[in-house]
Amino acid sequence: MPENQGTHLIRGARPLGEDPVDLLLEDGAITAIGPDLPIPDGAEVVDATGLIALPGLVDLHTHLREPGREDAETVASGSRAAAMGGYTAVHAMANTDPVADTAGVVEQVWRLGEEAGYCDVRPVGAVTVGLAGERLSEIGAMADSAARVRVFSDDGICVSDALLMRRALEYVKAFDGVIAQHAQEPRLTEGAQMNEGCVSDRLGLPGWPAVAEEAIIARDCLLAQHVGSRLHVCHVSTKGSVDIIRWAKERGCDVTAEVTPHHLILTDDLVESYDPVYKVNPPLRTAEDVQALREGLADGTIDIVATDHAPHPVEAKETEWSTAAMGMIGLETALGVVHKTMVETGLLTWDQVADRMSAAPARIGRVGGHGRELAVGEPANIVLYDPAAPVDVDAAAMAGKSGNTPFRGMNLPGRIIATFLRGVPTVLEGKIK
Amino acid sequence: MRHLLSAGDLSRDEATLILDTAGELAQVGDRSVKKLPTLRGRTVVNLFYEDSTRTRTSFELAAKRLSADVINFSAKGSSVSKGESLKDTALTLQAMGADGVVIRHSASGAPHRLANWIDGSVLNAGDGTHEHPTQALLDAFTMRARLGRLEGLRVAVVGDILHSRVARSNVLLLTTLGAHVTVVAPPTLMPVSVHTWPCQVSYHLDEVLPESDVVMMLRVQAERMHDSFFPSVREYSRNYGLDRERLNRMPGDAIVMHPGPMVRGMEISAEVADSPRCTVTEQVANGVSLRMAVLYLLLGGS
Amino acid sequence: MHARKPARDDNETGVPASVPEVPEGTRAVLDGNEINRALTRIAHEVLERTKGGQDVTLLGIPSRGVPLAERLARRIERVEDLDVPAGSLDITMYRDDLRLAPARALGRTEIPAGGLDDRVVVLVDDVLFSGRTVRAALDALGDLGRPRAVQLAVLVDRGHRELPIRADYVGKNLPTSLRESVTVQLEETDGLDAVLLGPSPSATLKEGTRPGSLQRSETTEGDT
Repeated sequence: MPENQGTHLIRGARPLGEDPVDLLLEDGAITAIGPDLPIPDGAEVVDATGLIALPGLVDLHTHLREPGREDAETVASGSRAAAMGGYTAVHAMANTDPVADTAGVVEQVWRLGEEAGYCDVRPVGAVTVGLAGERLSEIGAMADSAARVRVFSDDGICVSDALLMRRALEYVKAFDGVIAQHAQEPRLTEGAQMNEGCVSDRLGLPGWPAVAEEAIIARDCLLAQHVGSRLHVCHVSTKGSVDIIRWAKERGCDVTAEVTPHHLILTDDLVESYDPVYKVNPPLRTAEDVQALREGLADGTIDIVATDHAPHPVEAKETEWSTAAMGMIGLETALGVVHKTMVETGLLTWDQVADRMSAAPARIGRVGGHGRELAVGEPANIVLYDPAAPVDVDAAAMAGKSGNTPFRGMNLPGRIIATFLRGVPTVLEGKIK
Repeated sequence: MRHLLSAGDLSRDEATLILDTAGELAQVGDRSVKKLPTLRGRTVVNLFYEDSTRTRTSFELAAKRLSADVINFSAKGSSVSKGESLKDTALTLQAMGADGVVIRHSASGAPHRLANWIDGSVLNAGDGTHEHPTQALLDAFTMRARLGRLEGLRVAVVGDILHSRVARSNVLLLTTLGAHVTVVAPPTLMPVSVHTWPCQVSYHLDEVLPESDVVMMLRVQAERMHDSFFPSVREYSRNYGLDRERLNRMPGDAIVMHPGPMVRGMEISAEVADSPRCTVTEQVANGVSLRMAVLYLLLGGS
Repeated sequence: MHARKPARDDNETGVPASVPEVPEGTRAVLDGNEINRALTRIAHEVLERTKGGQDVTLLGIPSRGVPLAERLARRIERVEDLDVPAGSLDITMYRDDLRLAPARALGRTEIPAGGLDDRVVVLVDDVLFSGRTVRAALDALGDLGRPRAVQLAVLVDRGHRELPIRADYVGKNLPTSLRESVTVQLEETDGLDAVLLGPSPSATLKEGTRPGSLQRSETTEGDT
């Protein structure tokens, strides 16, 4: 648990990239914003000259692996990584062992997050018992638990049964929940190893066709609209998916969607190395898809960036491609990748980055106290980012337990300097507190 | 080049050098002493994760004819079957001082991974549904020996293109060497992006046969039927099997090739398999010379 | 695979095939006529030493030993009206310095019909230097058959032997320094006939100061 509970005066930060001001953080809230604020007694001054201040980031899609795979990540190690990435709230996915399909498991995860104290950990509940896709888990009990679960997902596995999906969408309406679908038609992707296309054909790896994602998204959008419920689409990865979601939104479907940082920058030709660090589900797609995803995120078709942070131990990746685990870590590099792919390209302003990475995910997940404006009276959840401090990503230097980052060696344009969770610094001077 | 991982990595000069070298080394099989001292003191490991007596034996004989020490490391009954990872196996081989590792693996790309972990040369002896470069080289060698050239040769590769490592390597290599390849299969057994491959695509064997100098038949596993790649063995055989009647529609000097093992009655009739125009046994014999050439060129120098 | 191309590209000494002038610092020690005369003499000596040449098989060592063997065969044929089998024997796979350079392309081995058993095999090469090529050729011969006798004919013997090997027939004895290189050019491979003596190409790198030194790579000299 971070020590300093005191008062902090942030000097000269640029809120959402605007002109520099000072921000005073007291008792967990922002109490003053303005130029040249006086230093209160006992306040710690944080020099933020040149740094951009954003509301603390909110991740709607994080795998913390606990319980079950504590060798890959724990709630504590994962939330430290989150803090290092500028996050003040994360959603812990349900595919743990045991699966987070009961109030007991989600409360355990929630409590582990509270104890660690680096960010708010909001458990995601499983849609179906054991992620088996057969019957609904006790969604209501999880919603009413201390963890106040609002996001339900079988992530990693698609709720492919159309009737079950309909029921789930309907059921969560009772407590304003949302079903976050991992859109993957299972029969079309049996044994799939990578994006189906020129590269998979050349490499002799079974393909994961775009249509397997798009068909489910189309179906779910129609279902959600039919029953008047909220649908969230996890890790959209194809141009066709962006088109379908755009179409669904136009016809009034209450659908939201996320894109991961890796799908905003990496393409399937990286698989030519057969290095499983690039193995992920959904798979890396083509440059055309990457461009469509960036445009979709820019025009709001895709609402948010979510990391799908998926830690794996070394042995799960130091193997043949086909036996390697799917997934890559992303909490600590997300903001840098978004800066590089969306801000440097002129597709998003910092104001919009705050929306896509904080406000919108908090809204979708119904996370109170996060994703708020940087304004007096609001909770002091803030990240300070240096946009002019390029870093070479070092897999060995990650704060989480696993180093399976596909960005290793890549140069990212900036770095997180400080993260405040309700006024308490979880990261200062680029180091975990 | 330190490794032979993909036929696509070979330039035309390199591929030609391998074929020419194999041509010289073919004589060794006819001599009283069928052995050369070239790789004396070098260690070649045959690391076979899939059963393939034919390919393993061919590599073993090739290495022994070059006087290399040969170790057969098969997945069955070894540490591999006890769950040892490929990386740990690689480190073991490295510690044993393997100069070359010949690897057959069911996972596409396994040889690429292995090449990251050991200092010696890695020879891909077939990886999953990816490639089988020495098979393509020996096929090219056989075509050149039979027909005198590769440039401009019209080669039809018929069968399960989607899952065939032989097809992938042959399309890449033969194109590099100036031949014109047509892949022939039902659309379900074609890769989805096959139209971007450097070859022609046909769904109709009968249209391709009269225009082919070489027809290479690939093995089709009957199990594919259960995954609905085709309705029945009978229907596949009727449309894509090579029988006497179809053989007669090929140009007079055209040859029939098969990487083996053949499924008689499925993709090839017994009559065609036994015909003098079928080069199956030559392919096997050429395989040894060709693999000697590759081993020499990878391991013989500094 | 960085193997060298066969035969022709070893013309790296900067002597374009069609230009008869000798490069700077290099002098011709034998011209075309002198080479012809030397070969004619060797042909006579072979017939004499082998008592009519009835059992003789000529084996040239690639690359320049091969046309020399063919020329010798034609001369013997002219002199004695005798059809002497001539072939080639590539010794690459028997070299003792394979690991000192990238893998080399193989030359041709063509053993004349009838084989080598009980024949008098005359190995033919352009330059005799360290003797290592001949050692390799003797090893290769042992795997190919059992000749009654093996003899050696060379166009130039430049000395500096490293093995107990000597030639039976020598076109010209040429005392050289280790810093010099001997280059044989033949009509068949280079467009003209000449034996050139010059400074070792790239000074110490190619032929080095010792005939068996590590950096030796393929040059136009037959025997390395």
